[in-house]
Amino acid sequence: MNVKYMYSLLAVIALFLLAYLGVEAAGLELLFGIIIPYVAVAAFVAGVVYRVMGWARSAVPFRIPSTCGQQKSLPWIKPNKFDNPFTPGAVVVRMILEVCCFRSLFRNTRNFIQEGKIAYQLEIWLWVAALAFHYAFLTVIVRHMRLFTEPVPALIKLVETVDSFFRFEILTDTIRVGVPGLYMSGLVLLAAVAFLFIRRIVIPHVKYISLPADFFPLFLIFGIAFTGILMRYFSKVNIRAAKELTLGLVSFHPTIPQGIGVVFYVHLFFVCILLAYFPFSKLMHMGGVFLSPTRNLPGNSRAVRHVNPWNYPVEVHTYEEYEEEFREKMIEAGLPVEKE
Amino acid sequence: MSDFPKPDQLLSDIDRKPPQMDWMDTPVTIRKGMYCYAANPKSVEYTHLPFPHQWNPLDEDWKLPENWQEILHEGFKVRLERFRSFKLFMDICVRCGACADKCHFFIGTGDPKNMPVLRAELLRSVYRNDFTAAGKILGRLAGARPLTMEVLKELWYYFFQCTECRRCSIFCPYGIDTAEITMMARELFNLIGLNIDWIATPVANCYRTGNHLGIQPHAFKDMLEFFMDDLEEITGVRVEPNFNKKGADILFITPSGDVFADPGTYTCMGYLLLFHYLKEEYGLDVTWSTYASEGGNFGSFTSHEMMKRLNSKMYAEAKRLGVKWILGGECGHMWRVINQYMDTMNGPADFLEEPVSPITGTKFENAKSTKMVHLSEFTADLIKHGKLNLDPSRNDNLILTYHDSCNPARGMGMFDEPRYVIQNVANNFYDMPPNTIREQTFCCGSGSGLNAGENMELRLTGGLPRANAVKYVHEKYGVNMLATICAIDRAALPTLMDYWVPGVGVTGVTEMVANALILPGEGERTTNLRGEPLPGMEDE
Amino acid sequence: MNDKKIFLIKDKKYIIAGLVVFIALFTFPFWYNSGKAAPGPEIKLTEKAKAAKECVMPTAYMRAEHMQLLDIWRHSVVRNSDNTYVNPSGKAFTMSLSNTCLDCHSNKADFCDKCHDYASVRPYCFDCHIDNPKEIK
Repeated sequence: MNVKYMYSLLAVIALFLLAYLGVEAAGLELLFGIIIPYVAVAAFVAGVVYRVMGWARSAVPFRIPSTCGQQKSLPWIKPNKFDNPFTPGAVVVRMILEVCCFRSLFRNTRNFIQEGKIAYQLEIWLWVAALAFHYAFLTVIVRHMRLFTEPVPALIKLVETVDSFFRFEILTDTIRVGVPGLYMSGLVLLAAVAFLFIRRIVIPHVKYISLPADFFPLFLIFGIAFTGILMRYFSKVNIRAAKELTLGLVSFHPTIPQGIGVVFYVHLFFVCILLAYFPFSKLMHMGGVFLSPTRNLPGNSRAVRHVNPWNYPVEVHTYEEYEEEFREKMIEAGLPVEKE
Repeated sequence: MSDFPKPDQLLSDIDRKPPQMDWMDTPVTIRKGMYCYAANPKSVEYTHLPFPHQWNPLDEDWKLPENWQEILHEGFKVRLERFRSFKLFMDICVRCGACADKCHFFIGTGDPKNMPVLRAELLRSVYRNDFTAAGKILGRLAGARPLTMEVLKELWYYFFQCTECRRCSIFCPYGIDTAEITMMARELFNLIGLNIDWIATPVANCYRTGNHLGIQPHAFKDMLEFFMDDLEEITGVRVEPNFNKKGADILFITPSGDVFADPGTYTCMGYLLLFHYLKEEYGLDVTWSTYASEGGNFGSFTSHEMMKRLNSKMYAEAKRLGVKWILGGECGHMWRVINQYMDTMNGPADFLEEPVSPITGTKFENAKSTKMVHLSEFTADLIKHGKLNLDPSRNDNLILTYHDSCNPARGMGMFDEPRYVIQNVANNFYDMPPNTIREQTFCCGSGSGLNAGENMELRLTGGLPRANAVKYVHEKYGVNMLATICAIDRAALPTLMDYWVPGVGVTGVTEMVANALILPGEGERTTNLRGEPLPGMEDE
Repeated sequence: MNDKKIFLIKDKKYIIAGLVVFIALFTFPFWYNSGKAAPGPEIKLTEKAKAAKECVMPTAYMRAEHMQLLDIWRHSVVRNSDNTYVNPSGKAFTMSLSNTCLDCHSNKADFCDKCHDYASVRPYCFDCHIDNPKEIK
């Protein structure tokens, strides 16, 4: 048994029980429905600001982009504008490609030794799963805004419509799926999280490098998606009451409406944990990716001087000291000297 | 190397399966053949670096200062403030594993701690313990561990198994650059006197004499004079280079490896011939310097400060000699330093002119601030404008491929210039497979000061992916010569080729240029710069 | 090398701008709804519905599952030509949105639409069953 993911799994199960029993047995709707959400949002905002400003406080002494394409040099050599950007504008494009398309991950290959040779293979699945995961998550967040806005903006309605574009219906005596409309993003999110988890326990070297901190968010997000799907399709909750609660939170008129199912509180609690955990975890890669000096700087340090804010004078071996030591030998060898 | 396994054996011994035991529980074993000797205290002392002392990595006691943990903690903290890269790379790795099999040392050894992600985790675990709340509270559960002597030894062992080639960084979705982390780790080691000798002694030598072997100015000149004699024999022309000449047009700086070791020496002869040609044909006045006679910057394998201390000589000498701009020879790390650090560290070079080729009139816009141009850029421009009289058929006995050196590749992006030059001075050229060239090029396995003799197993295993790609074109196209633009490559790759792909030689690009270059007034050449018969001259 | 210094960072303004944009986006619901309480709509029952006391199923079930029930009704009627629904307490109903549901809940705008709008749900029922006309038999 892999202890690393067991710890994380147990933690998520404990969180589930905490919320479930807290609401169902102890009747702590106020705590789980109002206090914890506010604390979590505050922790998220303050935490993200703290972490990003922490990075901002550190200097960027040198311009060190990883150049992933031909440099701009002679006019007749075609530079690779975006993999080796020369201008700030090109850097912006590179960053958009990185942030929105995961450009670097797309390069991924896999290699293995076969009959005494190293063979290379395109390894696209991590890239596909990562894209699927992040975009599904984004869609889920955007369409949840219908529960946080009144009236609901048209754009959010549009996202929701697109997300539930495919009609899909199974109606038998036992399984009844089809109404309400199926959100693709939820299923994609669940599938992508499952893939990312399976890869962490199946691929030996990924398993070897994984920490409990890698499994915890996966389980947590799985729990969020799972309770969300449960609420929508299976153990339905009173959506009107749910929205009263969420809208109450964001309009600073918090209320606890009666009759929202307990699954809702579990779902909400998981989300709060994710929010509060976010700034203090590897999930901060979301902010970090924008600040990475190997990506967000132009490869033009020979053309435009970069200034190091802490550049300090260093001890050097001057020419004078050098000549002092070797003058006679230099003269003998016919090398010019400053002082004869 | 007699007790060294045969290539097939070594290859089939590579086991990528990670051990059952967790990496934090797996103690480090410092193994012969995989590490470099400890720094000679005299060299450390010469450059006034902290804690010069006699020690041996194999010993239990590394004779560290009593408060070494405190020194490292403080050093860590300062570096987190000074380098956003470092802080960020400590924080944001998600351990996706995209980098895992991108490192030549991992491919060659199968040692899981050679996966870039795990190499960085070795240090990250200490960071979490010392600087993050989660690490302080949750300890190992958060992936944190205190910096003990065991951990320090592990860090030392594995951060001297990274060549700072940056290959992993191009695959990382956040651009996490292990080279940057390795540089920090090595700075920390240097705070407590734990450098390796193959770095510390060249640093001291470069500092004092200007070149890594400590050759004094008169002997340096002697070396070049040997080449002049050889060249006279081969071409019938006596070249007369300038040394420390005030008022020359251009200062030329190349790694001193080219002056001292085969086959770099042939590249050096190539430089001499090229500059002679340009002087005769176009009156270009190039000078060498004995003071700034080292382009390669071993300081960059020590610390940013040492990098700056050594690099300062370039501008100082250019200023003293009053040249217009600087031309740089074929070198890897030297060009990472010039391209990404020099101007920031030791500039602005306002005493120099924006570089313009006096022969073609081309303005090197991309070097207008640093004022230093790469020889391949310079030569490509000359060839493009038809300024060189070339006979590529003189290289017809060679079937060439080109090894992109790590630093000009991923710290600069110079791919097409050297290829253009090669294809104009030779007729047979085949690139290696796409996963192994350009920005995805593999390291020679000996970069960043690891090309010592005692760590041969490390070098040969690390060089495997590069050698394997050469083997592919060797078998497919009969490639028999590997061209590069890096002095460490020229020093390291011949050994690598002899072991993995016998029958492939190693050359600098400028050696190929010089073979093809028809000098004014030259006699009929029967041999190339190596004294080997030219194609069609085998019987003479 | 150990002197402490506060670094003047040029790119700080970009980072702060980025942070501000991010926080603004994240807190969008807070300022979008700023201050105005928006309790769920009052659901008005017609006199007829009040008089009936109970729907085809208990109210709690109807709140959560009415869409599912209607889907099943539609399936039964259209696919199986079965248009009689018997609830657990033995009462029979004709499976018809227009004739059964909307007969009691004839105030579609107040009973159906308000809640659907609030929850941003757009059922396609009313694409065909327009404005509650009684079906002509």
